[in-house]
Amino acid sequence: MATRTEEKVTERAAPGPVSAGEAAISVRGLVKSFGEVRAVDGVDLEVRTGTVLGLLGPNGAGKTTTVRMLTTLLKPDAGEIRVVGLDAVKQAAELRERIGLAGQYAAVDENLTGSENLTMVGRLYGMSRAQAKRRAAELLARFELTDAAKRPARGYSGGMRRRLDLAAALVARPPVLFLDEPTTGLDPRSRLSLWETIEDLVRDGTTVLLTTQYLDEADRLADKIAVIDRGTVIAEGTSDELKDRVGGERLEVTLDDREQAETAIEALAPLADERPVVEAGVVKLTVRERRGVIVDAVDRLKAVDVGVDDLGLRRPTLDDVFLTLTGHAAEGDDQNGATR
Amino acid sequence: MRRLVSDTMVIAERNLVRLPRSPDLLLAFTVQPVMFVLLFVYVFGGAISTPGYDYVDFLIPGIIVQNIAFGGFTTALGLSEDMTKGLIDRFRSLPMARAAVLAGRTLADVATNLLSCAVLLITGLIIGFSFDASIGEIVLGFLLLLLFGYAFSWIFALLGLGVSSPEAANSLGFIAVFPLTFISSAFVPAESMPAALEWFAEINPFTIVVDAMRSLWLGAPAGNSVWGAFAWAFALIAIFAPLAVARYRRAAGRA
Repeated sequence: MATRTEEKVTERAAPGPVSAGEAAISVRGLVKSFGEVRAVDGVDLEVRTGTVLGLLGPNGAGKTTTVRMLTTLLKPDAGEIRVVGLDAVKQAAELRERIGLAGQYAAVDENLTGSENLTMVGRLYGMSRAQAKRRAAELLARFELTDAAKRPARGYSGGMRRRLDLAAALVARPPVLFLDEPTTGLDPRSRLSLWETIEDLVRDGTTVLLTTQYLDEADRLADKIAVIDRGTVIAEGTSDELKDRVGGERLEVTLDDREQAETAIEALAPLADERPVVEAGVVKLTVRERRGVIVDAVDRLKAVDVGVDDLGLRRPTLDDVFLTLTGHAAEGDDQNGATR
Repeated sequence: MRRLVSDTMVIAERNLVRLPRSPDLLLAFTVQPVMFVLLFVYVFGGAISTPGYDYVDFLIPGIIVQNIAFGGFTTALGLSEDMTKGLIDRFRSLPMARAAVLAGRTLADVATNLLSCAVLLITGLIIGFSFDASIGEIVLGFLLLLLFGYAFSWIFALLGLGVSSPEAANSLGFIAVFPLTFISSAFVPAESMPAALEWFAEINPFTIVVDAMRSLWLGAPAGNSVWGAFAWAFALIAIFAPLAVARYRRAAGRA
């Protein structure tokens, strides 16, 4: 079962189009199996209006399956889902009017132009042709696609496709947005620009649930992170809270001469509670007290005549968090096929 | 209901808009059937004996029926592509009529079928095909063609949703439909086949539809084939449309 943190999480009070402060998304006891595989195994989530929840986990952890249930694409085996107060199973049709989904694969019709893609989506939301065209033009301008509006999406770059896909999710101005691995496969620049767009949306009051396997993405975008592994939420909290669970800051010392590792470990041991470890010529330790530790370390190493190539303090990353929580690194491959 | 109609039209439009932009697809709808007509008439035609008819008169109704049955292929390929590319997810996350994705697809096929029928018929008329029928019969023949093509679009819709990739849809569809159209009276008289094949050809719905077309356009003795052909087309739609829609609901939930 899920071992969730009981810590009180600081919420950002952002007024949203629903009622401020209330849960825009609330999920309890969500379960979904595919044959023998329990892809989602008792997930509970709560996302306050106007905030971003990052669902962080490796491939096959159950992220996509969860999003598919929250967006009415998949019926849960058990559990309750409420999005903007609507039941995702019983009121699926009404709910579809209020949510936007941008998927893992940019779901745009390659044979249509950018403008035609968005106009089609608008009309399928029940807009008239003129309304849909107007909305399409607005979105194309906002996502800097106006120049490409009349070209078939086939010729778009990966970043442009993602922007078009995100624009399609926003056609009906949904108060809640689901983004399933929005930047997977994008180059760093497109990634950054997509992050900025998402941040803009949140500033305007949109509630976002995003899945990602990138720790830096969750770190940057999410107000709150739920770490999911093998279908259950194994930890939840702000990025800082999760990092605190792993422990304090780390000192990393790169040695001139690897042969001196043992001497260095002995010299630095008093700075930490646990014995320093050495990996590929880098001595690592979790320091007890941040202040003055660098000077102290240099002095201690100098005293025993150990040459230092590089030395630095580092906050634990979400990578460290993931490793600590799951016992395996974040870039696991799809082992149980749960996301398909 | 109004929602279903308008959503269907939006999807049909989506599928037709791409045509003028994809020269390869347009070639498949126009040049390829013409090529087959010319090959059959001038390569095989001299060797195939069709008592009572010129081969070109015999062939045109047959080859149009074969062509229209294959017209639904775009539905199989298109749906399969939409599934793998995530567009079906997008559609399902929208508050649109559920059946519209399939209904729009199959409706678009009717338009492309009409185009390739027209190309084939014009080719036929140029190389010597002539009607022996009233205007009413000719029009009824067109209706039968479009209806039969529509029925096959639903069969292909089911196929496209059931397979794992567009490539699989392509080869499976070909394996299923190609022999069906050849073991019929479309290209040669059924009587010229070995007994087992002749038996199959006689009960093959393709034969019934081809015979109905020959009766409507050439005044051939029809028997029950005109009614039989319409009955087959309606029956195929009645069976495969609900199956495809049911499959769409389930398949889209899994992908």
